[in-house]
Amino acid sequence: MRLLNRSVNGVAGRLSRRRRGPLAGLMVLLLGLILTGTVYAAFTPATAQKAGKSDDQLIEQGRELFLVGCAFCHGQNGEGINSSKGQYGPSLVGVGGAAVDFQVGTGRMPMAQPGQQAGVKKETYTQDEIDALAAYVASLGPGPAIPTPDDYTLEGLSEDEKRAAISRGGQLFLTNCTACHNFDGSGGALPRGRYAPSLKGVSEKHIYEAMLTGPQQMPVFGDSVMTPDDKAAIIAYLKTNEETPEYGGFGMGGLGPVSEGLFAWLVGIGVLVGFCYWIASHGARSNKTLSTTESTEGTEA
Amino acid sequence: MSDHHDNVPEVPEEQRKAMASEEPIANPGLPAHLPRPTDVDERAARRAERQVATFFVLSMVCTVLFVVAYFALDIKDGNQETIGGLGASNVALGVSLGLALLFIGIGIIQWARKLMADVEIIEYRHPAVSPPADREETLAALSMGLDESGIGRRPLIRNTLFGALGLMGLPLIVGLRDLGPLPGKKLESTFWKAGTRVVNDVTGLPIKPSDVAIGQLVNAQPEGLVPVAEERPGVIYLEGVELNVEKAKSSLIVVRMEPDDITFSKDSPENWQIDGILAYSKICTHVGCPISLYEQQTHHVLCPCHQSTFDLADGAAVIFGPAARPLPQLPITVDDEGYLVAQSDFTEPVGPSYWERDSQ
Repeated sequence: MRLLNRSVNGVAGRLSRRRRGPLAGLMVLLLGLILTGTVYAAFTPATAQKAGKSDDQLIEQGRELFLVGCAFCHGQNGEGINSSKGQYGPSLVGVGGAAVDFQVGTGRMPMAQPGQQAGVKKETYTQDEIDALAAYVASLGPGPAIPTPDDYTLEGLSEDEKRAAISRGGQLFLTNCTACHNFDGSGGALPRGRYAPSLKGVSEKHIYEAMLTGPQQMPVFGDSVMTPDDKAAIIAYLKTNEETPEYGGFGMGGLGPVSEGLFAWLVGIGVLVGFCYWIASHGARSNKTLSTTESTEGTEA
Repeated sequence: MSDHHDNVPEVPEEQRKAMASEEPIANPGLPAHLPRPTDVDERAARRAERQVATFFVLSMVCTVLFVVAYFALDIKDGNQETIGGLGASNVALGVSLGLALLFIGIGIIQWARKLMADVEIIEYRHPAVSPPADREETLAALSMGLDESGIGRRPLIRNTLFGALGLMGLPLIVGLRDLGPLPGKKLESTFWKAGTRVVNDVTGLPIKPSDVAIGQLVNAQPEGLVPVAEERPGVIYLEGVELNVEKAKSSLIVVRMEPDDITFSKDSPENWQIDGILAYSKICTHVGCPISLYEQQTHHVLCPCHQSTFDLADGAAVIFGPAARPLPQLPITVDDEGYLVAQSDFTEPVGPSYWERDSQ
């Protein structure tokens, strides 16, 4: 593309010197850029839309970021790299913008080091850069797009409909999610050092994207089987759960009998042992004798 | 209180001699008794008295707070007050009552340690066995009783008595029958039959193969076990206990993986998968926990109860844990309208082993 632009520029420059004003070259250059952008937009997949910047600018910016930050593992064109020791980074063709927004937006990617699982950390890119990366990866092949707030909130429903949706979301959560993420969404252990992360404090958008794309070991819950409404209901249930005060008392992280037992053993029995020590400890003794009129001969011995 | 040593019983002379002859170091006896500050200082005693009373008064305050909290804090639904994200009423009641009891306890212990009588007491251990005379007397009484009853001389009575007592166990065993009817063939079949649609649990949506993405997990049920608003004609919809009984056996997990990833063992028919879509019983074959802890990249399903791990790419073969058998696979196909349906019921009983099951 750069080659094309340069040749257009060159031709325009020569023409302008002979027949037109000095700004004509610039105008032609701009027209050329707009034309290529429009044509590109017409042929890129529908999922690669992004407001604000023009698509090709965004994709170009994303590609540059990708080459610097991602290509080492995922390949220069996102095709993935296989080494003799297994997969370095998987192919990103067809994973869609939602996967990028989730993985980079939660700091899981770029990975700090290879391991069983990419963990959450402080995100490396700004949201603008993530959008550019997502646009670039989405341009590699059609995949799920980044959801809009309409998708993952219950906006537009009446109060009763919202209550019904939250209750349905609870049922869906208990059926599909609790196996790994725990009854309270507190996360849990998986085989071989992997884990299902806690869902508390995760943004609605990222929960939605995780269900849509199935990051790492998590299965995919695609839109045809779990509709966007179902996903929004699950998210609403989780958020309601998170915001509801624990009327029953301190939940100890909602991790079940292990944390509760640990608390009972360490804190409960520990306090009891402390009291026993206090009860049986040897108190202060005095060498003074009773200074009253009573006889004191006994204490001298 | 004139002589503290009065309270300490003297070790008998002969015992002390015996001990002295056995032990290389002579028994030094008890250390001299030293009084507590509160025993000798009246001001310290009064200070301790005030401390104890303070704890008891604090307990009273907490009890009053309990009553106040009981009436003051609202627990009506949707109107509960909170303290730091916890229910205010529960926290206030628990803390005030707990502290009220704790302060009484602390007060009593402080009282005992500082002010109650401070004397050492020695109690010597006695042998646990009864004196020989008592033992002989008891044995004599016992043998006299046996003799007088004539149980040794009349074996007929003895044997029939043992028979009667032994037979008393029978009613207990017979009564066990009332625990419930025998399961019969109920454990061998489920709600699945040829043509039953696979539907989403909770939502009841039927599933087309094209709906299932690679890496997808669907927690599914047979159509008829998920209540829906519009019932399809020709389908039996169960309710209540029946529904729960059938659901416990028929729950299904449907997954899709790259067809190339499937590594079936030779005795599993490969035509049960549709473009990488596989359907397995959700009931663990160990003790019947429902499992859907699925790792989409390794294709492993883990049972959270006892860590049995099944490889769904390999016919749900057990690769770890106590389960004895693979998860039964449901033969699936596609009906005229393009939805996933069962070809038949499971070809083996789902869930854990039981006595009547032909073990494999």
